[in-house]
Amino acid sequence: MSMPATSSLQRVLTTLSHQEPDRVPLFLLLTMHGARELNLSIKEYFSHAEHMVAGQLRMAEKYRNDCFYAFSYAAVEVEAWGGEVIFRDDGPPNAGEPFIRKAEQILSLEVPTITDIPALRRMLETISQLHAHNQGQRPIIAVVMAPFSLPVMQMGFEGYLDLMYERPDLLQRLLEINTEFCVAWANAQLAAGATAICYFNPLASTTMVTPAMFRQFDVPFSQQVCRRVNGPIAMHFASGRCLPLMDDLAELGVAVVGVSIDEDLRTLKRAASGKFSLLGNLNGIAMRNWNPSQAEAEVKAAIAAAGPGGGFILSDNHGEIPFQVPDETLLAISASVQEWGGYPLQWATQEP
Amino acid sequence: MSSDQSFSPQATDEFLQALLASDRFAVRRIITRFADLSGPFSVIEQMIVPSLEEIGHAWDSGEISLAQVYMSGRICEEMVDTLLPPASNQRINQPPIAIAVLDDYHMLGKRMIASALRASGYEIHDYGRVDVDRLIKHVINDKIAILLISVLMLPSALEVIQIRQRLDRVGLRPQIIVGGAPFRFDAQLWQEVGADAMGRSAIDAVTIVAKLLEDLS
Repeated sequence: MSMPATSSLQRVLTTLSHQEPDRVPLFLLLTMHGARELNLSIKEYFSHAEHMVAGQLRMAEKYRNDCFYAFSYAAVEVEAWGGEVIFRDDGPPNAGEPFIRKAEQILSLEVPTITDIPALRRMLETISQLHAHNQGQRPIIAVVMAPFSLPVMQMGFEGYLDLMYERPDLLQRLLEINTEFCVAWANAQLAAGATAICYFNPLASTTMVTPAMFRQFDVPFSQQVCRRVNGPIAMHFASGRCLPLMDDLAELGVAVVGVSIDEDLRTLKRAASGKFSLLGNLNGIAMRNWNPSQAEAEVKAAIAAAGPGGGFILSDNHGEIPFQVPDETLLAISASVQEWGGYPLQWATQEP
Repeated sequence: MSSDQSFSPQATDEFLQALLASDRFAVRRIITRFADLSGPFSVIEQMIVPSLEEIGHAWDSGEISLAQVYMSGRICEEMVDTLLPPASNQRINQPPIAIAVLDDYHMLGKRMIASALRASGYEIHDYGRVDVDRLIKHVINDKIAILLISVLMLPSALEVIQIRQRLDRVGLRPQIIVGGAPFRFDAQLWQEVGADAMGRSAIDAVTIVAKLLEDLS
């Protein structure tokens, strides 16, 4: 009698419980590549839930991806607050000019109502349709921006840093209203059928602020988010460093942390072991020029560093693979995971 | 103390710690004390620039945060504006230098580089956020010799190829220095796009500009 095949969801749940599944799960965090699959412009692709659903379904099969990535672009949250989004043909839509031009505007900001925003309704519809197709086979990963990181798009990085150093009263108010929006947006996506929330928090990284600033400005709000969101959370630093924060992250109770190529994956794994799982850390920018043998070497190196014992999902280190990465490279990554990711990873114990 | 005399390690360390703590009052106190003794240029060359260099290296190796680099640059820029007002004839006389952000509203990188350059005594044209067409026009009009381009996203980084090609076609060959996340994550990308150099931090840009100016003179 043959054993039933392990589903992607089972594979992921096993690794998240710090045990070894049948193989290392692969999360190819693809957004814009769906437009290429459907021969659409990036703007057209993100304009309809049906397009994003079709793109995700195709890419999941093509690359044997272990998740559906229900994410369009980070600036979708700027749209929610009334800000401008700029589309381009060769990359992710980007936030336009910051809509908070004077710090005092923070006093009159109100939390957007999710159902009032067409771009957010489109994402909920995407999640709902993916959920209907999915039949519990793959985790559906939805995305929110952390309250502490969203202000970079709301008011510009420079204005935000000035706020941190000079206007603690307005900073507090902005983080409070962002927290309300973040919790509501995360829970709406979970209610629509998402399995988990990828909580993008690049500004919390030690690349961006000191651990003391993280503890002072981010942790009180991330604690609220972790407590009030009705599902598991993956904190993603979008290529930023986080090693000095590992104990804080464990205390927050996140299930997964997205880690950077800038830090040693073995060291990160040791620090995370038994506390939370790691997601990472292939270099998405360099990936553009990888040939199949480089792709294989990079996949092997990451699996050897963090795969043993479970608690690891192979992914890129930014949370969004650049549009310029060719399909052949993605196929090579996928094939390498099939080739080298099967547990037990006996070969990995012999790697230096 | 003569103008070519180095400051004590304790003094420079005290200055560095004040910068990392974003303690404007301590920074001003130290600078005022030493500028009175040895003149503004000594303070800039022997205290401010080496401290910003150390801060840049510390960020690159993950020891400190971008917020600390930003505040250090901003404070130093303010101090240098006090020591050498922008119109001062003591400012460095140099070929035209310009800086721009390509296709993005994330201006922090440009701001930090501009601060570090100004804190090192350079005058620069700041074009703000531009697209390729506007940048080319500015470079031609201002006869720019050194062009610093800051980007956040990979597609913007790849647009530097066009900038180089279009400037070549009109017979201009400014030295192009690029910086930003895509260049940090792909060490060969700056060469691929036809730049002359890549800076990993704001103070890197100052070192590269100084070297290029030396080559140009």
